[in-house]
Amino acid sequence: MTFMSKPKVAHPDLPRNALGLTRRDYEGANSTLCAGCGHDSITAAVIEACWANAVEPHTVVKLSGIGCSSKTTAYFLSGAHGFNSVHGRMPSIATGANAANRKLTYIGVSGDGDTLSIGLGQFCHAIRRNLNMVYIIENNGVYGLTKGQFSASADLGTKAKRGAVNRQPPIDPVQLAITLGASFVARSFSGDKAQLVPLLRAAMRHDGFALIDVISPCVTFNDHEGSTRSYAYTREHYEEAVHADFVPFAAEIAVDYADGAAQTVALHDGSRIVLRKVEADYDPSNPGVALNAIQQRMRRGEYLTGLLHIAQDAPDIHALDSTPDTPLNAIPFESLSPGGDALRRVLEAFR
Amino acid sequence: MLETRTGLPDATPAAMQATDTTDPRYYHRVVDCQWACPAHTDVPEYIRLIAQGRFADAYLLNRESNVFPAILGRVCDRPCEPACRRGRVEDKPVAICRLKRVAADLKGPDIAARLPKAPASKNGKRIACIGAGPASLTVANDLAPLGYAVTIFERHSAPGGLMRTNIPSFRLPQSVLDEEIGVILDLGVSLKLGSPIDSLSGLLANGRYDAVFVGSGAPKGKDLPLPGREADNVHIGIDWLESVAFGHTGSIGERVLIIGVGNTAMDCCRTSMRLGAKSVKVMARKPRSFFKASDWELEDAEEERVEIVVNHAPTAFVLDSGRVVGMRFNRMEYDLDGTRIVAERVVDEVTIPCDAVILAIGQENAFPWIERDAGIEFDRWDRPVVDPLTFQSTRPEVFFGGDAAQGPKNIIWAVEQGHQAALSIHAYVNGLSPADRPRETVRLASRKMGLHEWAYKNDYAPLERRLMPHVSLKERFKKISIEVELGFTPEQAAQEAQRCLNCDVQTVFEARLCIECDACIDICPVDCLTIAANGSEAEVRARLRVPALEPSQPLYVSAPLKQTGRIMVKDENLCLHCGLCAERCPTAAWDMQKSTLHWPHADNGSSKCQAHERKTA
Repeated sequence: MTFMSKPKVAHPDLPRNALGLTRRDYEGANSTLCAGCGHDSITAAVIEACWANAVEPHTVVKLSGIGCSSKTTAYFLSGAHGFNSVHGRMPSIATGANAANRKLTYIGVSGDGDTLSIGLGQFCHAIRRNLNMVYIIENNGVYGLTKGQFSASADLGTKAKRGAVNRQPPIDPVQLAITLGASFVARSFSGDKAQLVPLLRAAMRHDGFALIDVISPCVTFNDHEGSTRSYAYTREHYEEAVHADFVPFAAEIAVDYADGAAQTVALHDGSRIVLRKVEADYDPSNPGVALNAIQQRMRRGEYLTGLLHIAQDAPDIHALDSTPDTPLNAIPFESLSPGGDALRRVLEAFR
Repeated sequence: MLETRTGLPDATPAAMQATDTTDPRYYHRVVDCQWACPAHTDVPEYIRLIAQGRFADAYLLNRESNVFPAILGRVCDRPCEPACRRGRVEDKPVAICRLKRVAADLKGPDIAARLPKAPASKNGKRIACIGAGPASLTVANDLAPLGYAVTIFERHSAPGGLMRTNIPSFRLPQSVLDEEIGVILDLGVSLKLGSPIDSLSGLLANGRYDAVFVGSGAPKGKDLPLPGREADNVHIGIDWLESVAFGHTGSIGERVLIIGVGNTAMDCCRTSMRLGAKSVKVMARKPRSFFKASDWELEDAEEERVEIVVNHAPTAFVLDSGRVVGMRFNRMEYDLDGTRIVAERVVDEVTIPCDAVILAIGQENAFPWIERDAGIEFDRWDRPVVDPLTFQSTRPEVFFGGDAAQGPKNIIWAVEQGHQAALSIHAYVNGLSPADRPRETVRLASRKMGLHEWAYKNDYAPLERRLMPHVSLKERFKKISIEVELGFTPEQAAQEAQRCLNCDVQTVFEARLCIECDACIDICPVDCLTIAANGSEAEVRARLRVPALEPSQPLYVSAPLKQTGRIMVKDENLCLHCGLCAERCPTAAWDMQKSTLHWPHADNGSSKCQAHERKTA
């Protein structure tokens, strides 16, 4: 937390995106999180990704629940829409918003408590409905706001700040999401923007539910010796399986990849994700292979990261529910609410 | 310019090594204004003192390095301002020079007790200074408090050198000159007015002096030997200004042409406007980008309706019965390649009528009074050979400084050369080698007061540069001694002081504490921080968060970081010194520490040095 605000003045040579904006134009309010919180780095990565994708801030909706993580939507894109929901209920709000307007970019930010404890049911059903949104879990393994109790994602054997050892197995949102048929599942680390920013850019362009579980060390309650979610531990036990580079529509793939090492996934808007496999046997399109590899690593106390699973053919909420192309607020009132006679006709059809 | 990093012995020869911040030049360099100031005036510190309303403290701090704060606060060439970081972050630098004047204007009457004093007993050494300009006065200022008997010989009837004879009183009032020179003379310095030295050998021969300092300036204005030059209404600028300053000249014709566009030309044209000229044209041979005059002096002249005419090369004076009635010029055209002229052409010829011409095309030092067999070597341009560090000539007891040493520069250069010559003289008369010079040092002290408290005001004030209020155009021409600039009010000074970025409050990084959480990088408002893989400097500069393309501004490079072996790199160019990196750092790897430069003078450590009695700001 800082008690002085970030000066508005910026580097005069800051690059501008297609809209003529610099990344400073994508900032939000001053963060009130602890200094050094991983969440602030994720915020910076979101800012960077939105700037790089040249999204218009007013076409973005920020959604969150309760927790340290859920405060962060205030710290980016002050020009975007925002909804801070009840604890664990962000997916419900996202569902309603998705149904009402499919033209907007939805960025949900949640934490391991908000998603894996109180919000676990909502999270699962959001995946099943394949909401068209980016779902970021800022995963630090503790309840920071209530002084550092283990959360549902805490690893077996990890130590709390005062020495208590966790004996309950963790819920891994990545494995859960793959099992539930999620179409874009990634894991990353707040301290690795080179990996996280392209993942966020691709996730924003992906049609359907895009989960990014981001290991985000809690600098106050979970950055000590014995913790499996500290900056030092994560860096030591962090293995990238697949690196995803995001290539916007119309841009040429400039990087040369060795034969067989790269695989291109075309997104519906014409942009592409170039997957560079760091592990030769890993296949991100095969959920079984992915789950197996993730579990193997987890048993060794390691984090497998990158774009771990992607499926482009899963129908999203709009295909499943035949939502209208036009946002509800742009449909004439007469069509949106055709009146009592129309309702009676619908009811008649069910008799 | 400070070299950043050189030859590297380790396994990756291209990789950069951690910045050596034990070299006092590193943190000095970051304080751009202080680095640019020849006298190394501690600008951020005196601006903070002004912000705190401690005007006397600010004045005395200034005086330690530049000796003449009230004079320089008006007429300094301000090398600090183009260097000011604020001018790179925004358009306009901090009005450093005018804040200096504020300190002088508002210092109050009670500083006498805090000014240097001569000791009760002398040390028995006698020093002669030739010329009572800023260089000699600085030598006296530094040596008299150490017990030296200093005698200054001055050919004019008043001390000050070019500060009095060439800077018109509407820019620098005589009372200001008298006050600051008086402080030095009050140290028991003997001033011999109307006493030109006709022979250096004569002065040296009688053995009365242990050392001689030549601070006789550059008193010879350059002439323009064109047909018709013999006319008596053609004046040499500095001689003409001198005769105005001493009241020998009180008028000039209605139409005046000034040849040359240096600062002397600006003084000549504005003085002409006050002596009855109706139309004054400053004639420049080249385009405006080649002008030598400071921008603000050009602005002030143009505000007074002086016309500046470019691309006119003089070819002849037009005479009528022995008097100049006009001047002939070639109108020029130039082809530029960037800032260089690659071709020039004469377009046509014009004659501009006038009643007087003033030549302000430069000046040089001249030593007709130094015998060429006096043991002082002269170079092929007939300038004395002077050591650029010690200011000692080839005759060991004779030292040079100011314009006399290195040709025309500005007052602030003369002051610093006076300081350095005094240091050399002090060493020389005590049997030490002037070449063994004390080194500058830098002291660092943390500004951290508590979790989010800093002992300096680090909020960025988005204020624009205050404009200097001027006497109205109607009023200012009534008398030549009406000072045009009114000086900042305390309120304006308080606002302008807020614009200073406190560059002396340094960002100091401790690599072993860093956990690479990126917090500092994310919060930095000007994107000057990057954690990067090491590499050669050129290559790392290109892949910083914002590429560091200003090679004159160094990179601050850390030792390898603990977790990944990468390095923290800071581009010093645009850092606001806001301290947000230190405020956001969870492990206090970043700290804000005030650097204080100690720049050696002859009188350091003596009773004159008052710095230790002042609380830092």
